Amino acid sequence: MAMSDRFLPLAHTPERATSETALTRAVLIAIALLFLAAVLFLPLVTVFMEALRKGWGTLFESFSDPDTLAAVRLTLIVAAIAVPFNAIVGLAASWAIAKFEFKGKNLLLTLIDLPFSISPVISGLVFVLLFGAQGWLGPWLVAHDIQIIFAVPGIVLATVLVTFPFVARELIPLMQSQGTSEEEAALMLGASGWYTFLHVTLPNVKWALLYGVLLCNARAMGEFGAVSVVSGHIRGLTNTMPLHIEILYNEYNFVGAFAVASLLACLALLTLLAKSLLEWRFSDELAATARRH
Amino acid sequence: MQLFNRRSIALGAAALFLSFEAGQALADRTLLNVSYDPTREFYKEFNAAFAADWKARTGETITIDQSHGGSGKQARAVIDGLQADVVTLALAGDVDQIANKTDKLPKDWAAKLPHNAAPYTSTIVFLVRKGNPKDIKDWSDLVKDGVQVITPNPKTSGGARWNYLAAWAYAEKALDGDEAKVKEWVADLYRNVPVLDTGARGSTTTFAQRGIGDVLISWENEAFLVQKEFGADNFDIVVPSLSILAEPPVAVVEGNAKAKGNLDVAEAYLKFLYTPEGQKLAAKNFFRPVDPSAADPADLARFPKVELVAIDKDFGGWSKAQKEFFADGAIFDQIYRPTN
Repeated sequence: MAMSDRFLPLAHTPERATSETALTRAVLIAIALLFLAAVLFLPLVTVFMEALRKGWGTLFESFSDPDTLAAVRLTLIVAAIAVPFNAIVGLAASWAIAKFEFKGKNLLLTLIDLPFSISPVISGLVFVLLFGAQGWLGPWLVAHDIQIIFAVPGIVLATVLVTFPFVARELIPLMQSQGTSEEEAALMLGASGWYTFLHVTLPNVKWALLYGVLLCNARAMGEFGAVSVVSGHIRGLTNTMPLHIEILYNEYNFVGAFAVASLLACLALLTLLAKSLLEWRFSDELAATARRH
Repeated sequence: MQLFNRRSIALGAAALFLSFEAGQALADRTLLNVSYDPTREFYKEFNAAFAADWKARTGETITIDQSHGGSGKQARAVIDGLQADVVTLALAGDVDQIANKTDKLPKDWAAKLPHNAAPYTSTIVFLVRKGNPKDIKDWSDLVKDGVQVITPNPKTSGGARWNYLAAWAYAEKALDGDEAKVKEWVADLYRNVPVLDTGARGSTTTFAQRGIGDVLISWENEAFLVQKEFGADNFDIVVPSLSILAEPPVAVVEGNAKAKGNLDVAEAYLKFLYTPEGQKLAAKNFFRPVDPSAADPADLARFPKVELVAIDKDFGGWSKAQKEFFADGAIFDQIYRPTN
């Protein structure tokens, strides 16, 4: 997953590594393309086709529904909180792990991976057990009139938990492979720790960081399981876009459901597009970074 | 660090947005009605009628928020802290759960409103595909080989528990009360169920939209709604020889309503269900009104006459039925084996 691996082909033209015939290669490529078409492209096209089944008018009408707008707004708010938070904490965690030696480092690494390995439903349930009225902190929260689950804070917390590993997982391998020599040089030349971080460490990992942020964002907007558990499903208040899609679908409003689904898909595609554009725009710089390591 | 600057601006804008919204929400009161699956269309209409009535009487604009899901799941959410002012659930057992596990509801909640706090009733019928290709006429046809039955999970769905009890009542009658045989019969029925959804609405979409199964055991109101949404020429309703009188109850969650200063409007909201206007809307949305006098006769004519067993008379009430059939390790757990 390290960036250096990903961009290695740019750095030098590899000689033909395989000796398969043209036919074998064509068949393999065809299988891959067919698979992608069947599993990725077709469902995506279906979403847009279903959304447009009753024409553009109905499509725009479903976007003007206040509950739909509230769901879109909530999704964007949740992503706007969860993604920067995870970017900062993920960066700090990977910096600590990759550049320093300390006890419990492996434990920390395992903990970062935890959200990947447990089911999102459990990620949601832990918050119910913790902050629910019957949970550990429930009575205290009730006494102080603080609502966490079945409200926006719970949705943000669940999203943060589920999307936490994306940035850190993207950064740690790269930072580890880069080693600490450049930072050591900067420190020897008299730079402060903070200055070293900003001007040496950060520029070296900015592409991986960006990539992690984009992945994190895509997942934060699309998370269903964990958010569903803590949401309470109050329409217009605690429904994010994925939850709202399910509700519309269950109300036989298929055009509405697919309209929101297509919007969510568009947001995801935009995220990917942003990534590709940045890669293309800065391809020289990227190649240079890759060559250095 | 252009990236982070832009992001912090976006964050600030989002925070501004949030605070603006919060300010707006303070102006008028909002009521949260936590309900079960098949009432969505009914409460959409009813809420508008109540808000208009409340405005006319008090001058206050009231907003009613809705949350829908499987009845058991919704009760669980209220127990865990979902701030419902009123609950309008599928069965008394779920409201009892809230009363037992929290002190937000008085134990005698059912006595606070007429008719056991059930302003409308319903029953359980079958929905089959047009022309009834599997020739399903009664419960006995559901255990036949090769018939796929769609019903939700009785652990999470209130409708599913009514379905289960109606089937049980039929088997008890047909098999002269021989409990071992009745159990076996109900086990046979659930062996024909390919998917157990968590709520009644999930089962309906499984049957109607995804086209799975030969027969849907369904709320009567839900079956009519499917005919309305998907066209009456796609589905037929089959009324079995015996069914159950389902009484979906309503209650004010006093603890929440008091804390939010909503007690008066929450009580008025539920009382409005019993007014001629509320009853008329219930009948229009395929619920059987307890007071049919104001309802449109054409709406009432849609409800077929059917022999009904009752939960209190025939099963000894919800707490007994819950313990006997649906608790962990009880009869449903003993007989249900997932087919795949």
